[in-house]
Amino acid sequence: MKWPNPSQISARAFRVWQRNFSIYKKNWKISFIPPLLEPLFYILAFGVGLAVMVGELIFNGEHLTYTTFIAPALVAVAIMYNAFFETTYNSFVRMYYQKTFDALLATPLNLEEIILGEILWAATKSVIAAGLMTVVISLCGFFECPGALLLIPLALLGGLVFAALGMICTALVPGIETFNLPIFLGITPMFLFSGTFFPLQNLPEWAQTVAKFLPLTHLVALVRGSSLQLFSGELWFSLLYLLVAALLLIPLAIALMVRRIVV
Amino acid sequence: MAILEVESLRKQYGLLTAVDDISFAVQPGECFGLLGPNGAGKTTTIRMLYGYTPRDDGTLRLFDLDIDTDLREIKRRIGICQQEDSLDPDLTVRDNLVGYARYFAIPKGEAEGRADELLTFFALHSRANDKITILSGGLKRRLMLARALVNQPELLILDEPTTGLDPQSRQLLWEKLAELKKQGLTILLTTHYMEEAERLCDRLVIVDNGTILIEGKPQQLVRQQVGSSVLEIADPDDKVRAFLDKEASRVEDLGSRLLVYLDDGDELFLKLTREVRTEGCVLRPAGLEDLFLKLTGRELRE
Ligand SMILES: Nc1ncnc2c1ncn2[C@@H]1O[C@H](COP(=O)(O)OP(=O)(O)OP(=O)(O)O)[C@@H](O)[C@H]1O
Ligand SMILES: [Mg+2]
Repeated sequence: MKWPNPSQISARAFRVWQRNFSIYKKNWKISFIPPLLEPLFYILAFGVGLAVMVGELIFNGEHLTYTTFIAPALVAVAIMYNAFFETTYNSFVRMYYQKTFDALLATPLNLEEIILGEILWAATKSVIAAGLMTVVISLCGFFECPGALLLIPLALLGGLVFAALGMICTALVPGIETFNLPIFLGITPMFLFSGTFFPLQNLPEWAQTVAKFLPLTHLVALVRGSSLQLFSGELWFSLLYLLVAALLLIPLAIALMVRRIVV
Repeated sequence: MAILEVESLRKQYGLLTAVDDISFAVQPGECFGLLGPNGAGKTTTIRMLYGYTPRDDGTLRLFDLDIDTDLREIKRRIGICQQEDSLDPDLTVRDNLVGYARYFAIPKGEAEGRADELLTFFALHSRANDKITILSGGLKRRLMLARALVNQPELLILDEPTTGLDPQSRQLLWEKLAELKKQGLTILLTTHYMEEAERLCDRLVIVDNGTILIEGKPQQLVRQQVGSSVLEIADPDDKVRAFLDKEASRVEDLGSRLLVYLDDGDELFLKLTREVRTEGCVLRPAGLEDLFLKLTGRELRE
């Protein structure tokens, strides 16, 4: 396996981003529906249905309603889903069925730029989704401004991490059905056990330790801390975790894709 | 200066040597053919030319630039029509061209102008706003070819441009390619349609099992290797065989059919039809297909 060299990558990667964006733009009305409606559904279901049973909970010394507690997690989960599903199913279809990468390789672009462009695009989808959701949730009165503005850069960082993870899966799966495996073993447990729907402290000690290694845990912590303006020193560690993860996983994803495609 | 120089090119897939020490050069303005049966190594060779597949050995120079140091510049100046369609199904016919031009950093206005020109040239204008998914195979192929020209390449590389097309589409593509050639475009093309090679190629190589069997101008090769005409005899009997044993020097026996390769004149044919029998005997000019089958054998591949 060959580690990508930064000198191989030029602004041409942006052309791949542009291709995906121009297609996304055409269907934006449909693409905008989930991020706009999803938070409303959850807030309704949890705020009206579940919160009465759960009541309030204490987070970082603050009393929070259950709906306020999960609202940031919805954004974090959307960041994960948007990036991960883009670089798994969608990139796989472009690579394997549509031969899009083959077509691009006959132009001045190289594979490293193509993969980076795909990852950047997936992270952009996370940013769009997180931005829309933040507007909706803020209008419902659950987020604090200006803290919620931090969700945009956080969505980009989190999006990059999950896009790279998705691309790594794409580089390794034999066929498109195999994505069920990383989703069932990785994404679903993260969705449930990363401090999303209940505080990590409710988990047994060993499970808390495991959760500390999951990227979504750190993204949820950062998104919740920012949007509710409940900052703590631990968030610096979460930020460092995501930065290091992005810096390691993006080159790894590129290297693995090169290994898969170049034979 | 040659447009393309291939020297001692090699590619190994595990134990299989897909391309085994291939060398050839393509001169400016010519159409060069790479002929060979299925699995001969044509696509593998083409893919190495634009850096898609890394080569194991050999040197590749295009426009006097080395592929190892100037791949981007090389790719900017060539147009590639791959064997498999790789059109963007998310885009319309026209956007496939305009979008592709973007990868070559062609400004939008210019790209749109070129797209319209190419759509007209390939008689695709009425389909400009159609989705790719509803196009027939022939239209897709034409669009692939149009796309390969969007960056105004100096060398056009075509991997089986007419495979799977009906005679009408094939004729149209041949006309268009001939026109491009007349405009001075250099073309490298793979095919297993002999008629295509005879019509378009100035020079060609026949490749099998990754090696070049022969190189030259199509007519000359046929003349030298096969002769000027071929006498075909269906359902030969002993009398015919006895006659040919005596009179002809180069006979290929396919069991139910005999092929007699002739260098000059039709005396043998006339004698045969006069003295032995007429039905089932046909005299026709020798063609590239005869040469191809002679060199690569008649058994099926893969
Ligand atoms: N990625 C690969 N891995 C392993 N073997 C391969 C690979 N690509 C091609 N081959 C093998 O290399 C040989 C040459 O293949 P290639 O595609 O170059 O043939 P071709 O001349 O283009 O054939 P066709 O006329 O069918 O397109 C074949 O035996 C093929 O099976
Ligand atoms: Mg081929």
